[in-house]
Amino acid sequence: MKIAVCVSHVPDTATRIKLGQDGKTIDPDGVTYVINPYDEYAIEEALKTKEKFGNDSEVIIISLGTDSSKESIRKTLAMGADSAVLLKDETERDSFGVAKALADEIKLQGCEIVFCGKQSVDYDNNIIGQLIAELLEYSCITVVVDLKINGSKITAEREIEGGREVVECKLPAVITTQKGLNEPRYASLKGIMAAKKKTIEEKPATEAEHLTELIKMHLPAPKNPGRILGTDSSAVPELVRLLREEAKVL
Amino acid sequence: MANKILAILEQREGLLKRSAFEAVTMAKQLAAELNLGAEAVVVGNEVSNINDIGNYGIDKVIHLKSTELENYSSSGYRDAIADYAKETDADYLLFANTALGKDLAPRLAVALNAGCLIDCVKLDSSSGELIATRPVYAGKALIDVKCNSTKKVITIRPNVFKAKETGSSSNTDVKVIEINSPNLKCKVVDFKKSEGKLDVAEADIIVSGGRGLKGPENFHLIEELANSLGAAVGASRAVVDAGWRPHGEQVGQTGKTVSPSLYVACAISGAIQHLAGMSSAKYIVAINKDKDAPIFNIADYGIAGDVFEILPALTEEIKKVKQE
Repeated sequence: MKIAVCVSHVPDTATRIKLGQDGKTIDPDGVTYVINPYDEYAIEEALKTKEKFGNDSEVIIISLGTDSSKESIRKTLAMGADSAVLLKDETERDSFGVAKALADEIKLQGCEIVFCGKQSVDYDNNIIGQLIAELLEYSCITVVVDLKINGSKITAEREIEGGREVVECKLPAVITTQKGLNEPRYASLKGIMAAKKKTIEEKPATEAEHLTELIKMHLPAPKNPGRILGTDSSAVPELVRLLREEAKVL
Repeated sequence: MANKILAILEQREGLLKRSAFEAVTMAKQLAAELNLGAEAVVVGNEVSNINDIGNYGIDKVIHLKSTELENYSSSGYRDAIADYAKETDADYLLFANTALGKDLAPRLAVALNAGCLIDCVKLDSSSGELIATRPVYAGKALIDVKCNSTKKVITIRPNVFKAKETGSSSNTDVKVIEINSPNLKCKVVDFKKSEGKLDVAEADIIVSGGRGLKGPENFHLIEELANSLGAAVGASRAVVDAGWRPHGEQVGQTGKTVSPSLYVACAISGAIQHLAGMSSAKYIVAINKDKDAPIFNIADYGIAGDVFEILPALTEEIKKVKQE
């Protein structure tokens, strides 16, 4: 079975955001880029699925980005992915454009199961997995924290408000992964050495129409620092009074 | 000519959620600004409070009904809504950005060839064209976006747009459309409720604890304060990664992004990825013994002291004023 994992290369969550000169993106200067944290669960689950289905299975990393994405792709190969495709695109695409290019490649590769992080921590849309699934007419379960695959039947638990939904569907399917699904492995030294011999196939990303357009990026209005009311419990009555009378939230 | 906006409302266990009424209010407002008709659409079986929708300004309600669609089915809900939207040629679909809304909205976008405006915190149509503002990088920045497509799928962040009762004694006109043999290719078969707790994603007040609590055994201080306030319990990434608290409680860039009325951060220093997830709370209270902790830079009110001394006193004081 061919298993696809969609991986994106994003600013680390500790990044302080500064606006870029174009007014539409962030200033990349001094920013550390990493594998999207939610994609790590996707890679781990794909590797576990391969282990389960045996050695005629294959894990293929598919990423849309620029040459800089190779750093993250290389790490996924070191974790144990078999091969990787980088869909090159220097432009800014909307989610639909990203999903379309990924879906085209998944179709070309003939992958029956697709894992991707439930969201990427840059644009936070939470929609790429669903868009890919709809474009390919695959089933799709999002925000998955527990997964069982039996033959072609999938039973997954997805996190929702106040609990977990147990969802059933059949392959082919897209699964979007949430923290808690597994513990992503570290690359072993052997894995890192093996990754050096694996090639990253590069090709241009397929074209797609832009359904949305980013007009500008801006920063939230800075908050005025608040008041320190005291250093011990004697400040509590004043805090409660302010919450009731000034903030009116109690 | 633009024609119609559909507010797609979420019911769970036969009850419309609070965020559903927020979607009604917003759809009504957009309809007025963009000169559109407005309808509310509910998918499910019996929905006990369906007649309340009229109180929020939309009196035409479409109930896409089936016993098999009582619980969520991404394929069944998608097809039922897509069929109705296509039949009536609706240009705008509006959802609350809940777990269900996030899952379903993009599927309808593909079905209708629509652009998606996701997790919006502001919708401005004063230029005659709809411009959405939405947080990115967990709220460290915002973007203004618009759709180039004729059809548009929009989700709004819960708790940001308040549901407003219009006060008119309107009659809700509910039209039931029976959905025969829905597409159940993907369906919910069970729900495992977390133990009787309020979820941070939906709570109006959140009390969160961090590493300064020194161990999971001290989280009862957070739970007691949360109980006195009717609040949800949240946690920082550090305590979730340490295994003290479940991931569902994590607030921040790799947890949940929240916008409650009140956020009480206890023994949380305020790492940038945590601040990103909660700084849009209306009021923030910080209790931390380090007066230089970054959390105080965004807090409205702070006490720079020991949580072990302050939290029990605060819980008592809240109980006292609640009894008055």
